[in-house]
Amino acid sequence: MEIFEAISTKINYWVYIVIMMIGLYAMIAKNNMIKKLIGMSIFQTAIILFYVSIGVKEGATIPILYHDQVHGAHDDHHEADTSHGENGVVESHATDIHINPDEFTNPLVHVLMLTAIVVGVSTLGVGLAITQKLHREYGSIEEHEILELIKSGK
Amino acid sequence: MSAVSDFPDWGDPHSPANSYRLSQGYITETFPETSVPNMVTAVLADYRGYDTMFETVVIFTAGIAIIAILRRYGPKDKVVPEQKLYKKEPDLIVETTCRLMIPIIQLFALYVVAHGHHSPGGGFQGGVIFGASFILLALARDLQAAQKWVPENRILNLAGIGIFIYSGFGFLCLLLGSNFLDYSILHKVMGVTPIEARSHSMLGVEIGVAFTVAAIMFSIYSNLASKGEMKEGL
Repeated sequence: MEIFEAISTKINYWVYIVIMMIGLYAMIAKNNMIKKLIGMSIFQTAIILFYVSIGVKEGATIPILYHDQVHGAHDDHHEADTSHGENGVVESHATDIHINPDEFTNPLVHVLMLTAIVVGVSTLGVGLAITQKLHREYGSIEEHEILELIKSGK
Repeated sequence: MSAVSDFPDWGDPHSPANSYRLSQGYITETFPETSVPNMVTAVLADYRGYDTMFETVVIFTAGIAIIAILRRYGPKDKVVPEQKLYKKEPDLIVETTCRLMIPIIQLFALYVVAHGHHSPGGGFQGGVIFGASFILLALARDLQAAQKWVPENRILNLAGIGIFIYSGFGFLCLLLGSNFLDYSILHKVMGVTPIEARSHSMLGVEIGVAFTVAAIMFSIYSNLASKGEMKEGL
């Protein structure tokens, strides 16, 4: 029972490890270049899953403020401005809205993974281009066939 | 695998990554500091603006690299004419559907870019959607039809303009006497409060990102599909 609990509360890490190993296996063991690239994509997806699952909070929503919070803040701004004019007291606007960090998922991991997705697209595109070039030069996208062609001096 | 037991539980709001004051600070301080409700966009385009700028450069470099790898220069070796897999005459249903869908897709892409700091979206997402509309055109007709709208030199110009817009915002900040990509100084030229200036500059920066991403997405597709010739593809 303890083992079951230990797995179920950390299921995201197990899933991420399994997916990442599938990707690693495809990258290392497969001879086909396209399959290698698919493995690379799976690997990247596993890391994205890992990061996003770190940022998850129980019962939290996406890291975008509610409409009410934003517009309540604007109303407060107007009130604060008028009171500033009348009383000459400077009020800090930062304390006007109350944001509970536990209500929103971690935005930092989402930003980092946006970067990772973009880099993933770039690497995949360049990888596909190199594969196409290999096919044009050697007539094959199988790694061992290309290596043999190179060894035999073509 | 043995390290898994040391990781925090799923959905734990007090895990180290979630309770660290950096990410908590992003959540609580973003709106007062930048007046942008979408924290992801704010962190992406403002707090980590330098990172995002070079991310855009990464995309641009990938597009250039693909062209450099696939393009043949110099005397052409004999190109074997390949069999055409597609029918030459366009299909009525596909044509009409694309004619209806492409404007809507492009409009939605512009919406995603423009509302990137209020709702889910942003430059990368909108740019990809915009690039996808051209890819759809190239798939439904042929590459020539899409090339008529976005010829290759225009693609590369657009991608360069995107990076120029982004880094232009950065250098404008420098010229006005602030740090690179410190948007709050731009209130001097925009005529708004420093907080709103950050919000508006984020929109400008996202537009630059969208230019580059849309152009390079279509460039990657068309180069891969046409073996670098940009003549006829899928």
